Formats: sequence, structure tokens, C-alpha cells
Amino acid sequence: MHRMLLHLLILCVAWLWSPSPAIAVTVEDQTSSLAAELRCPVCQNLSVADSPSEMANQMRDLVREKLKNGESPDQIRAYFVSRYGEWILLAPKRQGFNWVAWLLPFGAILAGAGAIGWVVGRGTARRRSRQKEALPPLDPRYAGRLEAELEEWGR
Amino acid sequence: MATWKKLIVPAIILPVLLLLAYGFKTDPRQVPSPLVNRPAPPFSLRAFDGGSASLEQLQGKPVVLNFWASWCFPACYEEAPALEAAWQAYRDRGVMVIGVDIQDRDADARAFLERFKLTFPNGPDLQGKVSIDYGVYGVPETFFIRRDGTIHYKHVGALTKQVLQSKIEEML
Amino acid sequence: MISTLGRFSLALAFGLALYGVVVSVLGARRRRPSLVESGRGAVYAVFGLASFAVLLMEAALVGRDFSVQYVARNGSLGTPLFYTIIALWGALEGSILLWIWILALMTLLAVVIEGGRSREAIPYVTAVLLSIQVFFLFLATFPANPFTPLFPPPADGRGPNPLLQNHPLMAIHPPCLYAGYVGWSVPYAFAMAALISGRLGEDWIRTVRRWSIVAWGFLTIGIILGGWWSYAVLGWGGYWAWDPVENASFLPWLTGTAFLHTVMVQERRKMLKVWNLALIITTFSLTIFGTFLTRSGILSSVHAFSESTIGPLFLAFIALILLVSFGLLVYRSDGLKAEGDLESLVSRESAFLMNNLLLLGFAFAVFLGTLFPLLSEAVRGVKVSVGEPFFNTVNVPIGLVLIFLMGVGPLIAWRRASLESLRRTFTIPLILAFLGTGVSSFLGVRGLYPLLAFAAAVFAATTVIQEFVRGARTRRRITGEGYLAALSNLTRRGRRRYGGLIVHLGVVLVAIGITASTVFRQEKEVTLARGESLHLGRYQVRFDELSAWQEPHRFVVQGTFTVLNSARKVAEMRPSKRFYRSEQQPIGTVDVRSTPREDLYLILSSFAQDGSSATLKMLIRPLVMWIWIGGAVMALGALVAIWPDRRRVLAAEAAKERVAWQPGRS
Repeated sequence: MHRMLLHLLILCVAWLWSPSPAIAVTVEDQTSSLAAELRCPVCQNLSVADSPSEMANQMRDLVREKLKNGESPDQIRAYFVSRYGEWILLAPKRQGFNWVAWLLPFGAILAGAGAIGWVVGRGTARRRSRQKEALPPLDPRYAGRLEAELEEWGR
Repeated sequence: MATWKKLIVPAIILPVLLLLAYGFKTDPRQVPSPLVNRPAPPFSLRAFDGGSASLEQLQGKPVVLNFWASWCFPACYEEAPALEAAWQAYRDRGVMVIGVDIQDRDADARAFLERFKLTFPNGPDLQGKVSIDYGVYGVPETFFIRRDGTIHYKHVGALTKQVLQSKIEEML
Repeated sequence: MISTLGRFSLALAFGLALYGVVVSVLGARRRRPSLVESGRGAVYAVFGLASFAVLLMEAALVGRDFSVQYVARNGSLGTPLFYTIIALWGALEGSILLWIWILALMTLLAVVIEGGRSREAIPYVTAVLLSIQVFFLFLATFPANPFTPLFPPPADGRGPNPLLQNHPLMAIHPPCLYAGYVGWSVPYAFAMAALISGRLGEDWIRTVRRWSIVAWGFLTIGIILGGWWSYAVLGWGGYWAWDPVENASFLPWLTGTAFLHTVMVQERRKMLKVWNLALIITTFSLTIFGTFLTRSGILSSVHAFSESTIGPLFLAFIALILLVSFGLLVYRSDGLKAEGDLESLVSRESAFLMNNLLLLGFAFAVFLGTLFPLLSEAVRGVKVSVGEPFFNTVNVPIGLVLIFLMGVGPLIAWRRASLESLRRTFTIPLILAFLGTGVSSFLGVRGLYPLLAFAAAVFAATTVIQEFVRGARTRRRITGEGYLAALSNLTRRGRRRYGGLIVHLGVVLVAIGITASTVFRQEKEVTLARGESLHLGRYQVRFDELSAWQEPHRFVVQGTFTVLNSARKVAEMRPSKRFYRSEQQPIGTVDVRSTPREDLYLILSSFAQDGSSATLKMLIRPLVMWIWIGGAVMALGALVAIWPDRRRVLAAEAAKERVAWQPGRS
């Protein structure tokens, strides 16, 4: 039973690690992924990929055309930023002050984890010291006898 | 409770409250244009009346580039007469007024032009390239372009006679 | 006439609420039961007046009384009756009226239900709840009065925002959401009462938890319905856009969930008292913060009611709440010391603390992301956007760990879990999780996060099922009853525990639904001439025709499409565009065909005037229905958890009787 499970486990892990087939990156895929990063200027919080508005349609067409002309995603992003400002990107560029947004949540969680670890450590230490105190002092009459009897018995 | 613990909460809350209060002064819908004081992007349009207009042709002249749409009610309807009046007043001094119609239907656009008897060149932005090039995110928006081709000012919303007058004068 | 009556009743309610606050506090401090009774009377009166105001407004709306400004703005002769009635909460002033009414109702229920049990606390609870009511009644009486008259009354009204007329969901989403928001006022009031009176005992925990679960349940339903509304009505193919107001409703849900877990630690081990009180205060403050965001105009959002002057008033109210509540908490903190210790990292207490850490971390990320555009503008003067890419990148890892933890928490031992107990409990779930990952990979899932998501989901689901199975098996061994009876009795005897497990199962369903609908999503947009078809997945969608007609309040253009699966007709679907008089752009109405396996989603993007062609966008999203079902399961679990247990009630009453009667006491 256990061996079968082990084999099953190995099979699963092997499957997971197998390289996936190369995905053809079409212009359409690239357009979609770039459009998902751009904010639709006339909608509320929607990406150009999701928005059904006409402006978003036009922007998608423009992105597709630029990709076909050979422009790189970075260039296309820079183009939109030069026209609309940083606001057109749906996630803040990872630079300068924007790092606050990207890193602070994880920093806070790590700090919190540290705090929990510290509190647990304190609790564990307190428990251990309580246990040590709780042990009654060893009766001198029996102090050495237990050891001696165990040794004899062992022989 | 230890003093530092007592101070945690106000230390977190106060900055947040201040930030929110700051928020009252800003308008989330106003996005400043990065194009101001930069060279105006080139455009070329086929006008409704058959003519054409392009930025190249207008070099050396101050330009008022107005983006509008027939479905943009009431703002575009409010500013159309003011634009026509400014065109009449300043065309002799070399100022060009150009209208760009975005995301619209031919029949509706022509009806709009007819209604306000607009005589300055107006053309449709069929694929939206010009509006995207100018970072337009709503209508109406108007760009004031200096003689040297750089953008002087971007106005979001309906134009009034006063604003038109003052901005055009600044460019002359 | 309605306008005058309405304004009068609101002003009277405002005065009575103020009176109720003063009289309740005085009655508690001076121990005068008559004053407390009077406060209770104020609660009844405020509810009566609020109900009257709501009825008046409905009468005005249905009667198309355009002399009331609110009706002129949100009703019209052409609007159907159903949407006219629910226009009550369609705009700012009406939504405040709804809030007032729900708050009045909850105050009444709290006082009536808990009045006997928490005799000492009730005056303070009443005072706090009425104080909150005073604020909202102040808003409704002065700056945002729904009964403001309009003279001369226009011939026809503007009608509600078309987006609010497109789907019957508008009838339940806001009331549910508001019940969830307002619901948290009651635990908050009890928390304040405890801090003011200095009494924090077992009864208090039970009461607070019960009301918290109710509020949580409504909030959960409200949020899920909001997602459904976004999906079915806004018509962009998604159910969550991390819009500021969506986030604002999510924040109190996260902190409230954190509270519902650590309150169990307080109950068992008498620890984390200050922490839990802080969580209640935070959750309640976030509910007010949520409504503040919609009404202040500081962030642009789908939901933004028109900008108004009440933003600063809300901010002042929030500041006051935080100052007073946390001030009291600090003042009383010395009397709230923990009576137990955390002994091990591998224990249920630690698991719950980690749950809190992650939930609050999640909330912090959402909070920071929502406000970051404002912060960036304040610091750099540059506007940035924070949208889906950011939230997904930051929140998905946190969510994954949370789902995994959800499987661990209910099963791990208190205090210290031994290695043996860990092995016994988690071996099977872990193995099944691995297998589940293998299966998902086989089905085509690629990418680390989706695979981990399915693994965590399988793990958590297995732990829940395992608990039910083992519990039922043990019962059968003792009582010999059938499986179904064993399960039902098991749940009935341990409502809190098994209700909670059902909620976890619901969360797993939602997680699987979200993961599958995102990972296996397919979409395509094509312009079709009549008779042409779009091919996506196993489906072919043929464009049949375009029809158009005029309705009293709108003009509709509808496309008819036949969906085929290898030449076999599956459905006829009719997405449309609706043109409303008052709107510049048409409102798109999508057509969705939902099955448990997948959703077919059709959007009519554009069409030719002569009906010869139409641009169709089609999406296939698997397992979307699981999200809605999961939400229902979560609500069901909450219901099971708070369902009163006859036995426990009898036992508690018997215990009270025993204590009440003691020989020799008068």
C-alpha cells in the first residue's frame, strides 16, 4: 500500500517537472497581454483588453499594428506613457517611490511573522521555565539509588 | 500598556487620515497631460467637406485643435458656438481652428456641423490614431499649439469664450 | 406634502436618536432603569420613523411625485415599476436612507434579542448604536436630505442610471451589502459597551460572535452578488476588477474573518483580548470607510455616487470613531491581559495567528493599492494607476497560503500539536493534494500558481471531508445509526465547528472557480456578416440577424446568435445594446449561458446600421458557476454555525437558574 503510494507520488512529481511544450507566442497573444497592462482611459479601472468601449478597441488595434511593425512591448508601453502619462499603465512601474506599493505588503507580513515568532518564543520560554520550577527538588535519599539500581539491572 | 504600544495606532491612523483629507483637493478624473510644452504629434485628416488638414501644413501658425463628438452632450454642444466665434475672430491673424471628430458616425457628425454652422476644418479620426496620439481620454478636449509646434495648453471640458480668447492671445 | 412629511420624520428621528443616546448613558451611569427604558423607547421610535420615511419615499417614487427632487432625479414615467421601487437605493440620499433603516432595524433587534441576557451592557450598546444613527440621520436631515423639494416640479424625471435598470440583481445586492456593513455596528457597540463598563466575559464573546457571523454572512453574500452583478451587468466578461469600491467592501470582510478566527482563541485560552477588540473596531471603521470612499469623490470608481460635500463629514466621523475607540481600548488595556500563553508554533493558536497575519496582510495590500494613486500624487505629484496586474501579483501568493492554512487550522491541536497527531491528520490530505496537482497538470494546467491553487484547494477540501467522515464514523460506532443520520446529528451537535467547515468548503469552491475560469479562459472577437460563424473551443457561433425596437424608456438593438457544438444546436443567445435617453453611450447587455461546466459569454461589441454585420466578442469561462455556488455554501455554513442550539440554550438557562437560586440569599 505504502509502496504504491510512493510510486504514485514519484510519477506525479515527474509529470510536474516535465518541460511543457513551447507555446507559440502569436501577435494576438502579445496584443492581449500588452492590452491587459494598459488602462482603458474612458472606463473605470478596466484594462484595454477587457473594456468593451470603442476607445479600447482602437487602442487594441493600434497595439496590434505596432507589434506587426516590429516594435517591442517596451517601446509600445513607452509610447502610451509619453501620451497619457504613467496613469495609463494599470500597475505602477517598478521604480522609485512605486516600490513602496510593491514591497510594503510583503515587508509587513514578514515583520508580522517575526512578531508572532517572537511571541511564541517568549511563551515557550515561559512554559519551559514554569516546568523547571514545577519539578520538585530531588529527594537526597533516593538521589543516587535510582542510578545505581538501573545500572545493576542493565548488567 | 507600554508607551510605544500606545503610539502605534495614532502613528498609523493619522497619516492615513491626512492622506484622505488631501484627497479632497484632488480630482481623480483630471489627468495632467505629459504633452504640454512638448512638440505636438503630427496628424493628417481628410475633412468632411473633402479638403485635408495636417500639422505640417500649419507650421508657423498657432493652432487650436479641438476633439469632439456628436454624442458628447452637453459639453460639445456648449462650446461649438464659442469655437466658431473664435475662428471668425482670429482667422485673419493666422490662427487655425481644427476640429477632430472621434468615435462617431458620419451622418451624426455632419448633422452636428450643420447645426452649429461650423466653417473651420473638421475631419473624422477614423481609427482613433490621432486621439490616442494626443492622449485624449474624453470629449471635449482642446489643445492650443504654438507657432513653433509645441503644445501650449490642454483644456479638458467645454471651452468658454474667455478661455479661448486668453489662450489664443497668449500664443499670438 | 410627502416632502414635508418626510423631512419632518427624519428631523424628528434625529432628535429622538440624540435623546436616546443621552438618556441611555445617563440611565447606565446613574443606575436609573426608567431612563434606560426611555432609551429603549427611543430605539422603537427611531425604527418607526425610519420605516415611515422609507414608505413615504416609496410612495413618492411609485407615485412619480416629481416635486421631490430625489424622485425627479431617479424616477421617470417610463421606468418600469420594479426598477422604480428599487430606485430607493439608486443614488446617494436614498442609499443613506436605506442605511438608516437597516441600522434602525438592527438596533431594534439587538435591544430586543439581547436585552434580557446582557442587561448591564444594553444601555451602552443602545447609546453607541444610536450615536451612529445620529450621524447618518444628521446627514439625511441636513446636507443629503432625500426629501428635498423641487419647485417647480418637472413633467418627467430623469430616471435611474441605466446600469441600475438592467438586471434584477439590483434589488438584492445593495440591501445585502448594507446589511453586512451595518451588521458590524452591533459587535462594535458591544465591544464599546464592554470597554466602557469594563466587563468582558464569556457571555460577551458568545453575543459578539453571533452578531459578527450574521454581519459576515450578509457581507459575504453582498460581495459575491456584487461580483455576479459586475459579470452579468457591466458586461466586460469579468467578475472582479479591483475597483476601489469593490476593494472597500472586501476590506471589512477580511478583517472580520480574521476576528471570527481569533475570537475562538480568546474563548478557549483567554488570550488576545486586546487584539480582538482592535479587530472589531477596525472592521467597523472599515465599513464606514467603505461608504466614505463611494461618496467622497477622492477616488474614481464604477460605484461613485456623485461627488458631494458629505465627504469631509464622513472623514471627521471616521476620525472620531478611531480616536474614541482606540483611546478607550488603550485606557482599559491593563485590565485585558492574556491569561494564557502561546506555547508552540505548531498549534491551532499559532495557525489562527498566521491566518490573521495573512488576512490582515491581504487587507493591507488591498488598502495600500487602493490609496496608492492618491499617495503617489501627494508625494510625487504624478498620477499612477493601481489595477488588476498589481493586485493579482501581490494577492495571489497570499491567497494561496491562506487556502492551505484553511485546511490546517481546524484540525491542528490546541496548545501543541505532536508529530504523531500531525501525521494522523494530514497525511491523506497531503497525498491527495499531490495527486490533485498531477490530475490538474494532466488536464492542461500549466504555471506554478494555478497548480499550487488546485493543490491547496484539494488539500483544504480533503481535510473538511475527512473531518465529516471521521466524525460520522465515530458516531456510527457509538449509536449505530445510518451515515446520513450520523452526518446530520454530527452537524447538529457541533454547529459551530461543522458550520465553519462548510464555510471552508465554500471558500474552496470559490477558489477553484476563480482559478479555473482564469486559467482556462478563451476569448475571441470577430466581425461577422449574416450567416457567418465564429469558432471558439468546441463551439461555432453563427450570426443570424439584428433586430431593433423601441421601449418606453430605451431603444434596444439585439443580435440573435445560434450556438452550435459540431452542428448540434446548443442555444440561441441574444446580446444587445440599449440606448437610454439620458446616456451618451449605449449600455451593452451581455447574454450568458451558464452550466456547471462552463459559461458561454456573448458581447455585442458593435453593429452595422443596416444590420448586415455585427462584431461579436465571445468568451468561454469554465467553472464560473462554482463561484456563485461556493458563495451560497459559505452563507449556508454561516447559517449552520449560528443556528440556535436548543440543548445549549436549555443548559445555559438551567445553569442560570442554579446560580440564581442559592440558599440563604434574598
